[in-house]
Amino acid sequence: MRLTQGQFSYLPDLTDEQITKQVQYALDNGWAISIEYTDDPHPRNSYWEMHGLPMFDIKDAAGVMTEVRKAIEEHKDVYVKLLAYDARRGRQTTAISFIINRPANEPGFRLDRTVGKDRQITYTTHSYALDKPQGERYTAE
Amino acid sequence: MSIETSNGHAAKDKGRWDSGVSAYRDMGYWDADYEPKSTDVLCAFRLTPQPGVDPIEAAAAVAGESSTATWTVVWTDRLTDHKRYQAKAYRCDPVPGNPEQFIAYIAYDIDLFEEGSIANLTSSIIGNVFGFKALKALRLEDMRIPVAYVKTFPGPPHGIVMEREYLNKFGRPILGATTKPKLGLSAKNYGRVVYEALRGGLDFTKDDENINSQPFMRWRDRFLFCMEGVNRAEAATGEVKGHYLNVTAATMEDMYERAEFAKEIGSVIIMMDLTVGFTAMSSMSKWARKNGVILHLHRAGHGTYTRQKSHGVSFRVIAKWCRLLGVDHIHAGTVVGKLEGDPNTTAGFYDILREDYIPANPLHGVFFDQDWCSLASVMPVASGGIHAGQMHQLIHLLGEDVILQFGGGTIGHPDGIAAGATANRVALEAMIMARNEGRDYLNEGPQILEDAAKGCKPLARALNIWKDISFNYESTDMPDVAVTPNY
Repeated sequence: MRLTQGQFSYLPDLTDEQITKQVQYALDNGWAISIEYTDDPHPRNSYWEMHGLPMFDIKDAAGVMTEVRKAIEEHKDVYVKLLAYDARRGRQTTAISFIINRPANEPGFRLDRTVGKDRQITYTTHSYALDKPQGERYTAE
Repeated sequence: MSIETSNGHAAKDKGRWDSGVSAYRDMGYWDADYEPKSTDVLCAFRLTPQPGVDPIEAAAAVAGESSTATWTVVWTDRLTDHKRYQAKAYRCDPVPGNPEQFIAYIAYDIDLFEEGSIANLTSSIIGNVFGFKALKALRLEDMRIPVAYVKTFPGPPHGIVMEREYLNKFGRPILGATTKPKLGLSAKNYGRVVYEALRGGLDFTKDDENINSQPFMRWRDRFLFCMEGVNRAEAATGEVKGHYLNVTAATMEDMYERAEFAKEIGSVIIMMDLTVGFTAMSSMSKWARKNGVILHLHRAGHGTYTRQKSHGVSFRVIAKWCRLLGVDHIHAGTVVGKLEGDPNTTAGFYDILREDYIPANPLHGVFFDQDWCSLASVMPVASGGIHAGQMHQLIHLLGEDVILQFGGGTIGHPDGIAAGATANRVALEAMIMARNEGRDYLNEGPQILEDAAKGCKPLARALNIWKDISFNYESTDMPDVAVTPNY
């Protein structure tokens, strides 16, 4: 399966040049860029690991891209996303968010059902990757 | 009715408190020198007086009847601080190019209204005056809600920011579709549409306004099958998905029961129709915040009073009332879809729902500055005859914080519902990417879509089918078309 979180997952994976343009867009808006990664891509996993602090003080796209490439290299076996924060009053939240690296094999999720009374079903989205311990979830056999 | 006396004789030498009928303008309901207070509720009414009726007296009459006045002088006014409770018409301008019409500005003291009650506000402002014999027509164009009054309302249960954080969806419009056909599907078949549309790439699917609990499909069965579809799609994509479960019902007890069940089975969102009324909507708003469920509002029925320019209540006022009482979504027009919608007027609606401070802007039909003072924002919903081929126009006109609902454009796709959903999602993502890259996406839109379609067959087919046809009327969402039903 292909994890479709983020704003560009239905397009082909972004090239280095395409990522740079999105970074420039964020910087032009005054947003701080941040990189996060995870081996637990559950749709409700709000807290991917932070690859350092948000880059509040890097003002040029080339500087950000150095960090982006480093992050992808360091976490090439797991999901990596790029985010930008809009700190203006009334927003104070994520402004853009898209995946910049994904593991070669994406096992996806299984839907577990617990059948209850009155035809009610309790659903659990189970990540296949999580059946393995951290660090081994996406490494090739 | 005292208006007839305004040009007449009876009132001429009459004192303010003499029994009988006086002109409203002579009783304090017209005051050209009045300086509105920052705590006043201000209204702009479009008046069409009957021939021969003085517009200023008509304005004063509207002020009078929407505040303290009745048709004749009453001595009991003198037991009150009546000047405070009298609404004051303070300005009356002719409408350029329309000699019949005038815009009257009326100020109401904040003490006239109960805190946090849209029912009370509307009973005053639109309660009696719209039936005035001396007016041919009357339209409430806009209303300035003072900050002091704004702060007595809860506002949206979540608002745009919280909804995005909850859904984990940022930087692009949200995509939806209404299940079609809206009537007649069995619960199981209905859930199939939900599953296919969501797994194909939509974020939300939606009950239509008139899907409640009919003989062909009862609400509880629908809720259960829809949640199967939602959960399967979440597992298939790894994304948060939702289906607006319509809890509109005959009584509040029924609505609460349905909402509670929706929450229990894990739905992130419920919906209701405008037809349930302001008090019921306010109650559901309170429930939605308490229970952490997003609240969608379908503006069913609004066309009966918002559509005519001369009479009724403008949708910009309805939008303000709904933001105050608190909904997370509201249908607000598409501009390019199958429904009439002037781009400027619609821009005004969107600003009122999304911005924190909206300056008066006659071009957008906005008469007053409006300060929401951090009241959460409402996600506008664009629904009704829109398709992937218009993506560049939609983003240009409606921006990023909007829900684009492609009913026909999803369900009517020749390769199936999931393919239709994918086409819309690819078109959206390609256009947002191009916009962020600084391209002239409005003019290059068709090319951007065509390029995206090279890697996406469903989009290529969608563009091919709908390129030359403006809309598929049969299978699109119909929020505000006034259709006379056949029974």
